[in-house]
Amino acid sequence: MARTRTPVVAGWFTDDVQAEDGSGERGFRLLGTRCTACGSVFFPREDAYCRNPHCAGDELVEVPLSPRGTVWSYTDGRYRPPAPYVSDPAVPWEPYTLVAVELAAERMVVLGQAAPGVTVADLAVGMTVEVVPGVLDEDAGGVRTTWHFRPVPEASGPQARTARESS
Amino acid sequence: MSTDVAVLGAGMHPWGKWGRSFVTYGTAAARAALADAGLEWTEVGAVVGADTVRGGYPGHVAGATFARALGWQGARVTSVYAACASGAQAIAAARAQILAGLADVVLVVGADAAPKGFFAPAGGDRPDDPDWLRFRVLGATNPAYFGLYARRRMALHGDGPEDFALVKVKNAAAGALNPNARYRVPVSAEEVAASPVVADPLRLLDICATSDGAAALVLTSLDFARARGVADPVRIRAVSTVTPAYPRTELDLPDIATDSAAAVAPAPGSFRSALARAAYEEAGLGPEDLSLAEVYDLSTALELEWYEDIGLCGEGEGAKLVREGATALGGRIPVNPSGGLASFGEAVPAQAIAQVCELTWQLRGTAGARQVAGARVGISANQGLFGHGSAVVAVR
Ligand SMILES: [Zn+2]
Repeated sequence: MARTRTPVVAGWFTDDVQAEDGSGERGFRLLGTRCTACGSVFFPREDAYCRNPHCAGDELVEVPLSPRGTVWSYTDGRYRPPAPYVSDPAVPWEPYTLVAVELAAERMVVLGQAAPGVTVADLAVGMTVEVVPGVLDEDAGGVRTTWHFRPVPEASGPQARTARESS
Repeated sequence: MSTDVAVLGAGMHPWGKWGRSFVTYGTAAARAALADAGLEWTEVGAVVGADTVRGGYPGHVAGATFARALGWQGARVTSVYAACASGAQAIAAARAQILAGLADVVLVVGADAAPKGFFAPAGGDRPDDPDWLRFRVLGATNPAYFGLYARRRMALHGDGPEDFALVKVKNAAAGALNPNARYRVPVSAEEVAASPVVADPLRLLDICATSDGAAALVLTSLDFARARGVADPVRIRAVSTVTPAYPRTELDLPDIATDSAAAVAPAPGSFRSALARAAYEEAGLGPEDLSLAEVYDLSTALELEWYEDIGLCGEGEGAKLVREGATALGGRIPVNPSGGLASFGEAVPAQAIAQVCELTWQLRGTAGARQVAGARVGISANQGLFGHGSAVVAVR
C-alpha cells in the first residue's frame, strides 16, 4: 500500500499548476496570495488581510509563484536543528543546504532547502534555480512533502528548450 | 522640553553558565545598580522587568518577580517582552514614566538563564507561528540566517571569512578586559579559522553563544539627580523602538520569505538603519558625534552590517573599517568596547540593558582598561525576532 503523502503545511505548494511554456503540462509551484485591491503578493499566504499599510483590502486570491528565481544567498546546517525539525537522532546528521531565492516578478526572497545532493559548492549568488517537489521527512505514518530549490541544468534552461522545440 | 533621563546606577551579574535562577542574577544586578546609584530599593518608585521567556510564556512575569525578590514595597510595576529588544523596551517604558512625571526613580532589570545549544521555539504543533514553522519546515536555526547574511556580504561587497574573523579577534581582545564578560581570553584569527563550520561560511567562533547573565539600570529624572547632588549624570537622550517599514525586503528571522515589493516600492535603507536613524533624530545627533557604539554582533559578519547601518561608513565598507582597526579600542570609533556578544554570549532580556551599562561606564570614564578616551556620546543598537529592534543614544 502506498504511504500517504502530506504537505508539511497545507496550501503552500501544489504540483498542479499549468506550465508556462504552453506544453499543457502540470507543474510544481509555491502558492502565495495576492491582494485584489493593491496587488501585493504574500508568501507564506495571507488569507484574511493585506499587510500593505496603505491598503484596507481583505480579499486575497491564491496565486502560484514564479517557478524560477536567482540565488540571493545560501548556507548550510552542519548541526542537527532542534525540534520541531524532524530527524532521527540515531542516524548521523547529514548537513543540508538552505537557499534564499529572489523571485523577479514578485520582487521577494523565499527561503527553502536545496534538493538533496546540492551543496554550497554547487551554488553562487545570482545563479538561476527552480522550485521542485521534495520530501522533508517520512516515517511509518507517511511522507511529509515540501519544496526544494535546485540549480537549473544548463541544457534545460529556457533558451535550450526553445532551441530543442525549434529543431 | 528635554527628553533626557539620568542614569544614576548601572549594574550587572557577570555573564556565564552559572546554573542558577534568572531571579538570582537579576536581583544581584539590581542591587549592584542601586549601590552604584547610592539609592535604597525602597526609594524606587517603579520597576520595569524585561521578561525572560521559556516555553512561550514570560517566566514569573518578570517585573513583579524582581520586585518580590528585592522585597515588595509597593512600587509601580511593568513587564515587557520584545525578543532581543526587551531590555531596550524596558528602558523606553521607564523613561516614558519618568518624562510623564509618573515616577522619579525607576529600576530596569533584565536577566536570563539560557538553555544550551540552538535557540528553539516553544513546543507543540503550532503551524500558525512563523518561528515554529521555520524550524519545522526548514530547520532554519538562527545561525542559518547569519550564514545567509554573511554569504550575501561576500558576494556583494567582497568580504572574506578573514574579515569576519577580525571582528572576533577585536571583540575578544576587548572582552578580555571586561570582568563582566563570559569569555575573557584573546582569540586569534587562526583559532577562528580552525573552529568548525556551523552555517557556511560562518564558524563556531563567528557566532555568539547563549549565556546566563543580568543587567540593571537605575534611571531618574534630571531634577531628582540634581537634588541628589549629581549635576552631570550620564543621560539617555533617545530610545528608538520603531518597526520595519512595509515592504521589508531583507530576509529576517523567523521569516521564510520577505515582503513583496511588487506593489509598493521599498523605502531606502535597512530596518537596522531605520532604528539608528530614529534614535539620531530624537537625540539631535548623528554618527559624526559618536565616541563609541555597542552593536548586536550575533555574528561577526553582522557587526560589519551594523557599521553601515549606524552610519560609521557607507554600504559595503564595513570590512574596511575593521581591517583598518578603526573600530578597535584605540581606533577612530571603537565598536563593542565591552567585548560585545562575542565575549558575552546572548542573555536575551538582559543584553540591551547591558549595552547601556557599557555606554554608562564609558561616558563616566570608569571603564578601566577598555576606556574610550574622552567619550561623550554613545549609541547602542540591537535587533531581534519578529521586527523588534532598538537603538539608544546616551550622552555626557
Ligand atoms: Zn492590499
